[in-house]
Amino acid sequence: MADTTIPKPIPINLVVNGEKRALELLPWTTLLDALRDRLELTGTKKGCDHGQCGACTVLVDGRRVNSCLTLAVMKDGAEITTIEGLAKDGTLHPLQQAFIDHDAFQCGYCTPGQICSAAGLLAEGRAKDADEIRELMSGNLCRCGGYPNIVAAIEQAMSRS
Amino acid sequence: MNNFDYSRASDVADAIRLLTADPGAKLIAGGTNLIDLMKENVERPSRLIDISRLPLRDIEETAGGGLRIGALVPNSDLAYHPVIEQRYPLLASAILAGASAQLRNMASVGGNLMQRTRCAYFYDTTTPCNKRSPGAGCSAIDGLNRNHAILGASESCIATNPSDMSVALAALGALVHVAGPSGQRTIALADFHRLPGDEPHVDTDIGSGEIITAIEIPPQAFARNYSYLKIRDRLSYAFALVSVAAALELEGNAITEARLALGGVAHKPWRSLEAEAALRGKAATPDHFGHAADLLLQGATARSHNGFKIELARRAIVRTLMQAASATPQSQAHKKIA
Repeated sequence: MADTTIPKPIPINLVVNGEKRALELLPWTTLLDALRDRLELTGTKKGCDHGQCGACTVLVDGRRVNSCLTLAVMKDGAEITTIEGLAKDGTLHPLQQAFIDHDAFQCGYCTPGQICSAAGLLAEGRAKDADEIRELMSGNLCRCGGYPNIVAAIEQAMSRS
Repeated sequence: MNNFDYSRASDVADAIRLLTADPGAKLIAGGTNLIDLMKENVERPSRLIDISRLPLRDIEETAGGGLRIGALVPNSDLAYHPVIEQRYPLLASAILAGASAQLRNMASVGGNLMQRTRCAYFYDTTTPCNKRSPGAGCSAIDGLNRNHAILGASESCIATNPSDMSVALAALGALVHVAGPSGQRTIALADFHRLPGDEPHVDTDIGSGEIITAIEIPPQAFARNYSYLKIRDRLSYAFALVSVAAALELEGNAITEARLALGGVAHKPWRSLEAEAALRGKAATPDHFGHAADLLLQGATARSHNGFKIELARRAIVRTLMQAASATPQSQAHKKIA
């Protein structure tokens, strides 16, 4: 039964930022912990670890999700994009550049999640104005209160995409 | 989180077999609520049965003119499905009022129906809770109960159901299709969630070994005169203090059909057939809406901190019915309440 015998690690394959990665994981390993502790991709942040702050947001098969509430074994075969995978050939992703242009962070801890979430938002194509950006970014908290600049940065990236 | 075994179900029959073989097993699809509860040690399954790859993602027309929605359709896909947006905008609106974009991408329709209360005492394993440990007592009744139920509660439990989607489904008269060891059956959404009574640990009518396969919504869609208004402590990404789903059929200013359901106030979406009947044949006026609100809120009981919800609910019901009658539904992005 659980707690007395430890299940065996389960082999899974992920494509992380375009690279194939084979892992053996215990079933309770979250995607967040697999990325940070096994693949050493520490750009994705553990904030609340309960799906309330959005700092752990990554793209799974192109859709933004909370990696802290995702079991890695359930995503066998999936394509994962983290903040480390957004820049291409040394050029920042338009959202990364826009966050710099608009000074859209203070401490920066929420920023990888904000940018991955905004990348998901742009791909969804549902936000048309600042109110809609605010609503569809409400799953990403910024305790420094950088929201006006975050919205401005996303508006810039949206207008150029 | 406790250690657990993991199985991937190959089909619905396999999921039922795995579930029946291990009484401590739980199904997992989106996992947004279950993983969170496991991190708090509120849920400690011996095995997780991964159903996320089962082919339950179709949205199909039914012979009767309604829609059958597979249990694994993600909440966001349902809200943004063209048929839902055009024919069932009340459902789309309610789904978009809930959670965050990330969680809606993950959460399944079936999981949304199965999500558990967000009562803080249910989550806090250091406090007594009848829902978590039957017979332990309820910490909310004499505790911080500002968010708790005003309708249908018991002396065992005053928790509320947190779903927005279910409130719209209740108003639309949805059905829940389940499969289990003894075959398939259909449960009216109105009967799917239970009142707490003296068994608050039982949230739903789902039996052991049963799995939700689909929900079905009838053809009557109320696409013109509807609104979903959610009142909460911040403008987005918070559970409802009170929410209202209102749907009307009008001939001129006369109401020919009315549906009303409340969220955030009870252990299940709260409807009153009497309140809805009282609106039929009446003019769409604030006075008639106020009377319906009084009927819907009959028996509302205040606890030490949540008395404000009764008047809040009354005003929200009238406001939502006015929005529905004037075909100006509440926007879930532009927050000004018309």
